[in-house]
Amino acid sequence: MTSQARSPAKVGTPSGPITLSHGSGGKATHALIESVFLKAFHNPLLAPLGDGAVVNVAGRDLAFTTDSFVVSPIFFPGGSLGDLAVNGTVNDLAACGAQPLALSAGFVIEEGFPLTDLTRVVSDMAGAARRARVHVVTGDTKVVERGKGDGCYVNTSGIGLVDERASGLSGAAALPGDKVMVSGPIGDHGTAVLLARGQLGISADIVSDTAPLNGLVAALLDAVGPHLHVLRDATRGGVATVLNEVAVASGVGVVLDEEAVPVRPEVFGVCEMLGIDPLYVACEGRMVAVVDGDHVADALAAMRAHPLGPESAVIGEVRAQPEGLVLEDTGFGGSRVVDMLVGDPLPRIC
Amino acid sequence: MRFVTEYRDRAKATALAGAIAELCAPGRHYKLMEVCGGHTHTIYKHGLEHYLPEAVELVHGPGCPVCVIPMGRVDDAISIAHQPGVTLASFGDMLRVPGGKGSFLDAKAAGADVRLVYSPMDALKLAVDEPRRQVVFVAIGFETTAPSTALTLLRAQAGGVANFSVFCNHVTIIPPLKAILDAKDVDIDGFIGPGHVSTVIGCRPYLPIAKEYGKPLVVSGFEPLDVLQSVYMVMRQLAQHRAEVENQYGRVVNWEGNRKALAVIDETMELRPHFEWRGLGSIPSSALKLRPHLSCHDAEERFEVPGVRVADPRACQCGQVLRGQIRPWECRVFGKACTPEKPIGTCMVSSEGACAAYYNFGRLTVPHSRPARPVTAK
Repeated sequence: MTSQARSPAKVGTPSGPITLSHGSGGKATHALIESVFLKAFHNPLLAPLGDGAVVNVAGRDLAFTTDSFVVSPIFFPGGSLGDLAVNGTVNDLAACGAQPLALSAGFVIEEGFPLTDLTRVVSDMAGAARRARVHVVTGDTKVVERGKGDGCYVNTSGIGLVDERASGLSGAAALPGDKVMVSGPIGDHGTAVLLARGQLGISADIVSDTAPLNGLVAALLDAVGPHLHVLRDATRGGVATVLNEVAVASGVGVVLDEEAVPVRPEVFGVCEMLGIDPLYVACEGRMVAVVDGDHVADALAAMRAHPLGPESAVIGEVRAQPEGLVLEDTGFGGSRVVDMLVGDPLPRIC
Repeated sequence: MRFVTEYRDRAKATALAGAIAELCAPGRHYKLMEVCGGHTHTIYKHGLEHYLPEAVELVHGPGCPVCVIPMGRVDDAISIAHQPGVTLASFGDMLRVPGGKGSFLDAKAAGADVRLVYSPMDALKLAVDEPRRQVVFVAIGFETTAPSTALTLLRAQAGGVANFSVFCNHVTIIPPLKAILDAKDVDIDGFIGPGHVSTVIGCRPYLPIAKEYGKPLVVSGFEPLDVLQSVYMVMRQLAQHRAEVENQYGRVVNWEGNRKALAVIDETMELRPHFEWRGLGSIPSSALKLRPHLSCHDAEERFEVPGVRVADPRACQCGQVLRGQIRPWECRVFGKACTPEKPIGTCMVSSEGACAAYYNFGRLTVPHSRPARPVTAK
């Protein structure tokens, strides 16, 4: 038996100007982060490249994170730019095992952007913040000339207090024997936004899953405490990309069971039509958790009991081999490699 | 999900695998070519090779339209895109295809107006919505996609949309199959025929493959059970010493094809004397161009096109992969210099390209699967 395992974390060095693939969350994004940002900013807090950094302040672990939101269209079924801007940052903190303490909001607004739309975005942010039990405590506003921005971009940063039981949480903490879980059906958000763009002439009853997951994470920690090893927010690049990062960082193999991965029939149908794999489609309200195999039943029960996790599922397991790779046992009885995303998922042409 | 899960039934697959194994003559090796990239994608995505006996080898043919586009045509399109006032509209799969001087995505980053469209009608709509732009649609694909380009051209003509033109790279499926069979060092026993293109051309055009070359061909659907059943049907022909064209994909494909679709192709397009295929070289009468009465919508007539022939990169062995002479991982640059994020050859770009499909899904022989043929880096 021979194999072609790749060397972990092997990414190409980008050349030429920035292309859209550099923003897709997949391989090109990683190459850019490693060769430009990590190179310039290199420090021990940044190096793990988690969803946020954990900073020790006077003996307490504070999680600190930032995210910019440029979604198009700004309003889509199930949410808006405003919901994403709050939930995205709250979930990055939650993935560090932290409850949010405070958020900031920075707005870059294009000249001519309707005030009613801005009011709606901000109102959605306020609603999402209430739901996550956090306040937006500071902010900034910039307006750029018409044509120099696309409506409105929002950046949010957040700080949160890391739960003491979550101090071991890390993308590098997955161990052979652990189970991989997801807090609900995957791909709803990405599919909803894709259809909302209206370019495909497909209509389906799909709404974004955007939601704050700090409550669900608290329930998970109550149930299994330090037996929770990894938490990742499956946004850009989807569950597949997140698990590839975990496999590389932890030096383990991840084997998924295709039939166990929850996907709504509508999302499955749209993805089938477009030749997109739901494993790569962004979620905005789904947590991927890696839990000690002996405690998976408790973790699953806790997630399913939470209002944002009734459809949680165990989707795979961690093995010692093949190091740095994600595999999937297909429902058909074969098996395949689930690689990191390269560029955005593009529809097949025939 | 209806019409999907029925075709992914594990028990039926196991039964078919058993029937295929029974058809293998002792000591004989079978090499079947799946012509279409869609089949390649299915084979790797669902791990189909795990069901096949050692003696049956699937090789990947030239039926991925992106994979057969030569670098010179990409450069020509980019050259058009850089002309003032031009908007280049392209399918997503084409965006990362490398030309001699970069891809459409690189051209876009360098300032060209390149837009992703999902159908030629989207490109026509762009032209209607932005009358001051010259919208050029990069048409690619076999007879599968040619009818939609043809209909769009007829709409553009009827609507007098003067700022819409087509850079036509449509190709035809039969000539490359014959070219592959005419090559000396090819030993293919039979073909899994392309399903989508056959919805347009039907089954009859494949008759020479069976009659003149003596090779069985089974037109196949795209679900995993479709492909397995087609392998079974080809193997059954071989066991019975028959060489015929059979249709496994009867729920979609009929013998005569889609006459309306063929009629609109004929109304708008004619054969080019020669077309350069990536890896396969120049093949006579193998591609389509717009008929002269549509020259006002023909980008090759309306724009300065360099038309420079760019040789395939020397390191790249796409040609041998497309002829089924080597398997993707046997290419000297596979997975090293050539990866989906930095493709050298086109087979690594589209999800239907043999190399990309293998790289994305199949790179590893997992311990719990059947012992497969050795997979080693070369």
